[in-house]
Amino acid sequence: MHRKTLIATLISLASGLAASAAWADINVGVSLAATGPAASLGIPEKNTIALLPTTIGGQKVNYIVLDDATDSTTAVKNIKKLISENKVDVVIGSSTTPSSLAMMDVAAENETPMISMAGSAIIVEPMDAKRHWVFKSAQNDAHMATAIVEHMTSNNVQSVAFIGFADAYGQGWYKEFAKIAEARKIKILANESYQRNDTSVTGQTLKILAAKPDAVLIGAAGTPAVLPQKTLKEKGYKGAIYQTHGVANADFLRVGGKDVEGAFLPVGPMVVADQLANDNPVKKSALEYVKKYEGVHGKGSISSFGGHAWDAGVLLGSAVPVALKKAQPGTKEFRKALRDAIEGTKNLPAAHGIFNLSAQDHQGFDQRARVMVKVENGTWKLIK
Amino acid sequence: MDLQILLLLGQDGLTNGAIYALLALALVLVFAVTRVIFLPQGEFVAYGALTLAALQAGKLPGTVWLAVGLGVAVVLIDGGLALKSGNLKRLPRIILGNLGLPLVLLGLISGLEAEALSALALPLQILLTLGIVVPLGPLLYRLVFQPIASATPLVLLIVAVALHMTLIGLGLVFFGAEGFRTQPFSDGAVEIGPLLVQHQTLWILFASVALIALLYVLFERTIYGKALRATALNRTGARLMGISTTMAGKLSMGLAAFIGALSGVLVSPMTTLYYDSGFLIGLKGFVGAIIGGLASYPVAALGAVLVGLLESYSSFYASAFKEVIVFTLIIPVLLWRSLTSHHVEEEEE
Repeated sequence: MHRKTLIATLISLASGLAASAAWADINVGVSLAATGPAASLGIPEKNTIALLPTTIGGQKVNYIVLDDATDSTTAVKNIKKLISENKVDVVIGSSTTPSSLAMMDVAAENETPMISMAGSAIIVEPMDAKRHWVFKSAQNDAHMATAIVEHMTSNNVQSVAFIGFADAYGQGWYKEFAKIAEARKIKILANESYQRNDTSVTGQTLKILAAKPDAVLIGAAGTPAVLPQKTLKEKGYKGAIYQTHGVANADFLRVGGKDVEGAFLPVGPMVVADQLANDNPVKKSALEYVKKYEGVHGKGSISSFGGHAWDAGVLLGSAVPVALKKAQPGTKEFRKALRDAIEGTKNLPAAHGIFNLSAQDHQGFDQRARVMVKVENGTWKLIK
Repeated sequence: MDLQILLLLGQDGLTNGAIYALLALALVLVFAVTRVIFLPQGEFVAYGALTLAALQAGKLPGTVWLAVGLGVAVVLIDGGLALKSGNLKRLPRIILGNLGLPLVLLGLISGLEAEALSALALPLQILLTLGIVVPLGPLLYRLVFQPIASATPLVLLIVAVALHMTLIGLGLVFFGAEGFRTQPFSDGAVEIGPLLVQHQTLWILFASVALIALLYVLFERTIYGKALRATALNRTGARLMGISTTMAGKLSMGLAAFIGALSGVLVSPMTTLYYDSGFLIGLKGFVGAIIGGLASYPVAALGAVLVGLLESYSSFYASAFKEVIVFTLIIPVLLWRSLTSHHVEEEEE
């Protein structure tokens, strides 16, 4: 009993709400990259968490948001704190692949379901005992890579050079892309890497130019993805330039300006929700989120990353009522029931696509979860 | 690999190396005068670049408030001390010297409309930026390092790390997480032999060489420069000769801020800079400074250029290992230095 009071005090201290943190509430722990290199992902995600429903299935939901500063060690600290001190029923996070991978062990150890918002497929594949507890609301890189390769083949691109981040994001993209490209007989002539905060990529660019590829794929996220494209153009590269969905925010367009005109990239349909055909099954659920977010943060403020946080909320919104029938929040049984319920999600429209999860697929999107766009006059233009 | 690639890489390495060289000089200067390994040097680069970007976007940069805040703090402390000792005559000088420029700039910038501000001529914008960022150096020295000026280098280093963290955090608050790029000094490029050289590259090289020449003149020809050199050689001796070590500390930190901010202004059109970009740039300057043993200006500058070239060529040959190669350079250098130079015990130890 003593222990329980102590923990209860700790929770109330942590959340600053003395009485409202009762046991029956559902506690959702969130760890995201609100600062650090991936802050452009974490900030819209944080804004979106604030828009998620505060009651699900008649139960009050508390969101406890922590910042991991794009640092995987801090991310692990956060999830440990969320689980041991805040007794959360589910964890959303983190924004980046390295942090998510690091958090996974803690989630599995404590049998707490976790929904990552990061891109790389290795978070949920290959399925094993650890990944049993891990879900992912963002499209796998493979979804996006397939879209790029399809666009390449239909535009007669036969050879490609790759330049990407020297981290899990860039490496993951290269692996996915190389696999699919090889199957479609596209030759990869170069694989270069650079750091997020590099001030020059001239060396890598020259090597790419010397290989004379039909197209270049830049495996980078956010505004740092501008630099390779800018340098390629400066050095007179005339071929097509592909970016990944990691750049789909307004800051990329602002920093890139005319240097990123003409880039092709796959994005979640949410980014171009109003350009989608009316019979597109994602349009309604995507617009719902876009309206809600832009209602608070102003027109044009939307970014695809916030959508991943929203979709994590959508998954919870459909799974929590199912789990509530089986157990009380705050218990081990509830966490298990919640995990099972998320895994059983079928035909759930979200901002980025339609969720169809299974025991083997903890992501659950299909080809409806991406479209190809082109940067035109400083905006994203849907390619039909 | 043909000659053209070799030249292009060399040009890229020289450009970056020039910036690293400036920072290496600032690091050597600050270390020689104050014995502080000045980690926050990189933050001045980021502050300079982002302050300029904010001005160009027609916004009031947060660094102005930082300068005003620090100025107020210094005035309170120094003013309090002056009052205590009954030395009222010094008050106007304390207030003007520490708060004058930040307040004038604050009034000036907030008085201008956003459009007028972003439409200002680039040299004026750069002057404003320098006017905002440079006073941060002396003010920070007064608040942070002057009270512990006689502490051991280790304590000074730890305080420098703390200051670095604080400034990075403030950078995030002032400028947000996203990166910025400023307009180039002049668009276009010139052909030199087989090379197409961007104007901005020439600006960087020109400014670096000019600045180095200026520093040389300062140290060799002016009384202040000589005072700095004297302090660096022997603090006690310098004080006996009537040189204020406090003044020397403030001056060196002011120069460091000036060099940092100017470097930031120079590179910001070339690349996207973030609130935390400065650290890595500063660190590469630091590698250069280490090659110079934190003592020799010419060797530090050459070392920094070497770092730039090494970085450029390794990004071509083995881009995945670029940082590894650049920072591993420090090991043979340290080894060589510890084998060839006689170790002089610190006087405090």
